[in-house]
Amino acid sequence: MVAAILLPMGAACVAILVRGYAARIALVTALLTAAVSVVTAIAVVRNGPLEYAMGGWRAPLGITLRVDGLSSLMLLLSASVAVPVFVYAAAHYARARSDERQGADFWPLALLLWGGLNGVFLSGDVFNQYVAVELTSLAAVALVTLGEGDAALSAALRYLLSTFAASMFYLLGVGHLYAVAGTLDIPSLAGTLEAEAASYSAAALITVALLFKSALFPLHFWLPRAHSAAPSQVSALLSSLVVTSAAYLFLRLWTTVFVSVAVPVVGQIIGGLGACAIVWGSLQALRQQRLKVMIAYSTVAQMGYLFLVVPLVTSALSTPGGGALWGETAWSGGVYHAIAHALAKAALFLSAGVIVGAIGTDKIVGISGIARQLPVATYAFGIASMSLIGLPPSGGFVAKWMLLTAAFKSGQWWWAIAIAAGGLLTAGYVFLVLGQGLSQASSDRDVELKSTSKAIEYSAFALAVAALALGVRVAEPLALLRVGLPIEMP
Amino acid sequence: MTTFGIYAVGAALLLTIGIRGALRRKHLLRRILALNIIGGGAFLFLVLLGYRESGEAGPDPVPQALVLTGIVVAVSISSFAIVIARRLNARTGRTELPEEGLD
Repeated sequence: MVAAILLPMGAACVAILVRGYAARIALVTALLTAAVSVVTAIAVVRNGPLEYAMGGWRAPLGITLRVDGLSSLMLLLSASVAVPVFVYAAAHYARARSDERQGADFWPLALLLWGGLNGVFLSGDVFNQYVAVELTSLAAVALVTLGEGDAALSAALRYLLSTFAASMFYLLGVGHLYAVAGTLDIPSLAGTLEAEAASYSAAALITVALLFKSALFPLHFWLPRAHSAAPSQVSALLSSLVVTSAAYLFLRLWTTVFVSVAVPVVGQIIGGLGACAIVWGSLQALRQQRLKVMIAYSTVAQMGYLFLVVPLVTSALSTPGGGALWGETAWSGGVYHAIAHALAKAALFLSAGVIVGAIGTDKIVGISGIARQLPVATYAFGIASMSLIGLPPSGGFVAKWMLLTAAFKSGQWWWAIAIAAGGLLTAGYVFLVLGQGLSQASSDRDVELKSTSKAIEYSAFALAVAALALGVRVAEPLALLRVGLPIEMP
Repeated sequence: MTTFGIYAVGAALLLTIGIRGALRRKHLLRRILALNIIGGGAFLFLVLLGYRESGEAGPDPVPQALVLTGIVVAVSISSFAIVIARRLNARTGRTELPEEGLD
């Protein structure tokens, strides 16, 4: 379990020292870490949730790592996104000699990012999560600075300042939690919080911090610039994993620690922000002229769905029998959406990277007729879009179906409007791109396409297929998710 | 006013000044400083949590450990922010983040 954190971080240190071999070290580490994630998942399925006390020090004093079904799924997710992205990056840097320096910087940072993410997923106490989140954010900002030009620098700085503010709020919130409960261990915190002023301020501070980090409307302003200015392999990691890790923390804390302060109106406000994010993000995506900016706005929209889970699950927790009726469906739907979106979004950014790299511009009008020249990348884009819209049989469809079911069963039908509107708007902006790509209009392209490699195209394709496969094999991930369900449904 | 009260008011003041500065000031260096003032308020507040009325046991060490880690995070973010701000300034001559849209 510790290996999932230490392997990438250790490899990051080695990759800084021997820069010439960084790519090889990273690829070997990626496979090893992925293997560790799979072994952990198997152990969780067989033996239930696992605990590991670092250095032999137990919970109140030491640092405890915990894996339940949810953590294990997130571990698998980070591995299934990171491995194809690493293959893409290795193939990209092996070809683009001009990016050699960037490549040498990419590997240690990407490994550090992965280690930080796994740290977020495995941490069993609020403070350890804070440290892991900060590591992740710093690595993420450093990766953004690898992008070209002044735009990347100013985007990275905006991201860094937002994350700085978020970090201080989070720390204050952690302090409040400690003052109220006298512990930072999540299972001990769960259920001990009483509905008093300090609990509310703890919840408010941590919520604001995580809304910044997961770029929920209206704190999303840093995301479109940062995610579009970064190199595509970086955008894929950031837009699929980094924001998801913050949303993961948000969902975990709100469904365990903060349950007692989650009065209906708070749930409705968070859900309302989620709905605004879906509509606003999709509308902005529809307006964009540039491919990567469009995909980045789509992330803003898709993160909104995750926050609809809060009003649905917390209302189920306060209703007798609500868990069986819609609580578990909403919870599974939300997590499933996070996973399906992460895979699809990484596929979109990688295939956008292939297309932009080949034609040399990321204007959407520039890609007309690209389907004939780059069929694999275009199909990858198409399949990933299917999941994003929520068409069957994709992971996105299963997730939205569960969320819709939960919305109707709980009587909160208004969320269904946002879910459906989001699907339609998503269809709008991805078809704008696919329509251009599939058009026959300018088959006589005057610019010669830069050549691309099979490994690059197929790494995007593999991610898109994974997002699709989630819609076909539903039982296994959901069974894993149910192991050691952190919330107790009435 | 008690010792506890003086520090509590101080922490609250620092937080307010910092948040106001971070929102109002455009100059990058001022913004980074304002965020550090927020950090100062947060750290003061956390140290205050370790305060115990009866002196025998000494203050609670857990919040102090939190502050120590928080300071490490704040220092590393600040130094990184200053490096990026300097490079941005060297390349464009700007001391503020561009406000215009994405295109």
